[in-house]
Order: sequence, then C-alpha cells, then structure tokens
Amino acid sequence: MSAAPDKVKVRLATTSLAGCFGCHMSFLDIDERLFELVEVAEFDRSPLTDIKHCGPCDIALVEGGVCNADNVHVVRELRANAKILVAVGACAINGGLPALRNRFDIQDILTRVYRDPVTDHPCVPNSPELPLPLDKVYPLNEIVRVDYSLPGCPPSGDAIWKFLTDLILGRMPRLERSLLHYD
Amino acid sequence: MDNEFTIDEQPVPFKPGQTILEAAKAAGIYIPHLCFQADFKRHGGCKMCTVLVNGRTQTACTHKAAVGQEVDVNTPELDAMRRSLVQMLFVEGNHFCPGCEKSGACQLQALGYEYEMMSPHFVELYPSRGVDASHPDVLIDFNRCILCELCVRASRDVDGKEVFAVAGRGLDAHLIINSPTGKLVDSAFAVTDRAAEVCPVGAILKKGVGFATAIGDRPYDRESISAEAESCEIPEVR
Repeated sequence: MSAAPDKVKVRLATTSLAGCFGCHMSFLDIDERLFELVEVAEFDRSPLTDIKHCGPCDIALVEGGVCNADNVHVVRELRANAKILVAVGACAINGGLPALRNRFDIQDILTRVYRDPVTDHPCVPNSPELPLPLDKVYPLNEIVRVDYSLPGCPPSGDAIWKFLTDLILGRMPRLERSLLHYD
Repeated sequence: MDNEFTIDEQPVPFKPGQTILEAAKAAGIYIPHLCFQADFKRHGGCKMCTVLVNGRTQTACTHKAAVGQEVDVNTPELDAMRRSLVQMLFVEGNHFCPGCEKSGACQLQALGYEYEMMSPHFVELYPSRGVDASHPDVLIDFNRCILCELCVRASRDVDGKEVFAVAGRGLDAHLIINSPTGKLVDSAFAVTDRAAEVCPVGAILKKGVGFATAIGDRPYDRESISAEAESCEIPEVR
C-alpha cells in the first residue's frame, strides 16, 4: 500500500461518543501498520489530531452509542461530511452496555445518582456546558444512516485493519470467522 | 432408491419416521436450529431450521423425510432469512454480548457468526424485563430469553416438574415460573434438573461457574456452530 507522492490521500475521521475509547485503543493496536496507513490516509477530526470539527472526508469511524445532545450534533456533523460512516463496536451498533440504562426513567436515574446524602435533596448538575442526556441510549443507526457495522467489544486491531483496508481499497468489507466477535 | 431423499442435490438416506433434521444430522449435514433437542418433543418454534421441501418452506425439525423429496438447505435466500431471524431475536430482547456470561457458548450468538450478522439491523425494542436471582444455584435473566421452550419441555417431559411455561401472546409472550411467589427459589426446580442445562442462550445460568472457562476459549470462539453437525449436544460451558 504505497502511494505516489501526488496521490490524494483518503481522509479519515474518528470519534468516540457514548463509548469507553476501547475501540480507539484497539485501533492503535494495528501497531506499526499505522505507518502503512498514514501513507495512504490522513486524519481529519479524531482524538489523534485533536481537530474539533470535521471537514469533508471519505471514511468516518464512530465508536459508542448516542446518549446526549452533544453526541447527536457530533454524529450528524460526521454523517454530513463523510462518504462512508462505520459504526465501530458493540455500543455504536446496539447501544452496548450504556444502553442498560434504557429500562429506567432518566429522571429517576438522575435524582437517585445526584441525591445529596446530607439534605436528601437531588442536586442534578445543570451547567449550560453539560450536554443534556437523552431519554435513552440509541444505536447510531437510529440517529443517522450507517453504511457499515464493525462488531466487537472492541473489534480487534486485526479486524479493524481488515475492515479499513477493504474500505480503502474499494472492496466490500468482510470479516472472516476468526475476526467476527460480538464480545 | 428406497428411503432416500436429497439435500442440496446430495442423496441422504433416512429411516421411516425420521424428520429431515434428524436424517441430516445422521448424515453429518448441518441444518441450523435453536429450539431443537434430539430427545425432546418437537417444537418448530424458532424457524431457524426452515428449508425448502420441493420448493415449499418447512421446518426441518418437524417435517418427516420422504422418498424422493428434494430439500434445499444452503441457498443465499434461506441464509438471508436465517440472518434476519437472528437479528429479530437480538432486537426483541436485551442481548448485550460483552456483558453476558454465556458469550462464546451461546447458540444465538454462534448463529449470528455463522450467518455473518454485522449488526442487528432492526430498531431495538429494549424491553423492560427482570432478573430472578432468588435461587441459590441458578440465575434467570429474562432479558435474554428467546422463548425456545427448551426449559419448558425439559422440566415437563424429562424432570416431570412443570417449573416453566410461556404465558402471553405475541410481544407479551414471556417465561413464567410455576411457584406461589413466581420466584424460582419457591418452585420445585433443582440445579440437577435437565432444565438447568438446556438453555441455548444466557437466560438460565448456573451461579458461581460463569467464567470458569475464559472468554476466547469457549466452544464457539474455537469453531463455528456448523462444525457440530453430527452431535445434537449443546456444548458444555464449564
């Protein structure tokens, strides 16, 4: 995968929403293949570049489900800018473990978690800087159109590499049995 | 030829009275299933074993093999239908594999792998269901129940206890426990029952042994569910 000097590189954006950054850690597990990757790709918005807003890009890898208003804005911005959006990991695909809260009422959760032990009054943080939580944790495909899903908790570095190289080379991404896991 | 039919154009012998699934198993041909267990009464509920018999869809676990039948098992259309069935089962319950003790030994998950399910596709239902941890030896997590009725049949037909039943219809269908309180601890259930062994998913779990086998070393981490074609046994988790 070597690129001619004047070849246009694939633009790649990544973000973590209601996830644990485990999928990003697993992305770093492609290890020295990162050098191969940056020969053909460059990063737009990503924790790796610290770029805060996404420009037009080819592939967006999104980790985590959608649990608050900020997540909605971020994933919509990525969707508007990316040609291909990939839901990466269990949380992006079905809400994952954060979605365990979906059976409870959000108001009940907040008042119980933030109950002051002395006064017994709920003191739910209300700073305008905090994004408002949604009633439920949503999988990405219930908020934006998703082109591909890459399951795993997290998907292994090898699975991410296989998926990403398939996409960059214009193939239909597929995982062989040994790389396909939901856990 | 006497007592022979074809599966995907291959001749398969059968004994009179055998179902298509039984004959296929005896011949080492894999037909997927969730609610079938060789020594239990046939249920035909999960529809994973749907095949084409002379062009018509039938459940292989209930349909008797007959001379000259032409059965299709592995077609792209049937595989796509099976994948959709698995996806619907996933969104209907709360199936979070990363947090499940059964992961790697779960037949529903294994069928997702088998049919290359990359996402559950449909809108998640996120039903509100409980957990019954009242019994000292066994836990029931209703969030993962797929209503295959294996535990119902095991308790009724093998254990002779009728501990489990399915109540309600359609989306309201749910597993209930036959005890004055509705709790497992007050029922006749014992950890030695066959019903404690048969759950294909992570709904009925023995306590204290969930992680005796590490994730990654479990049956379906090592090989695909179709590799167990000749055996009717559910692989041991422990």
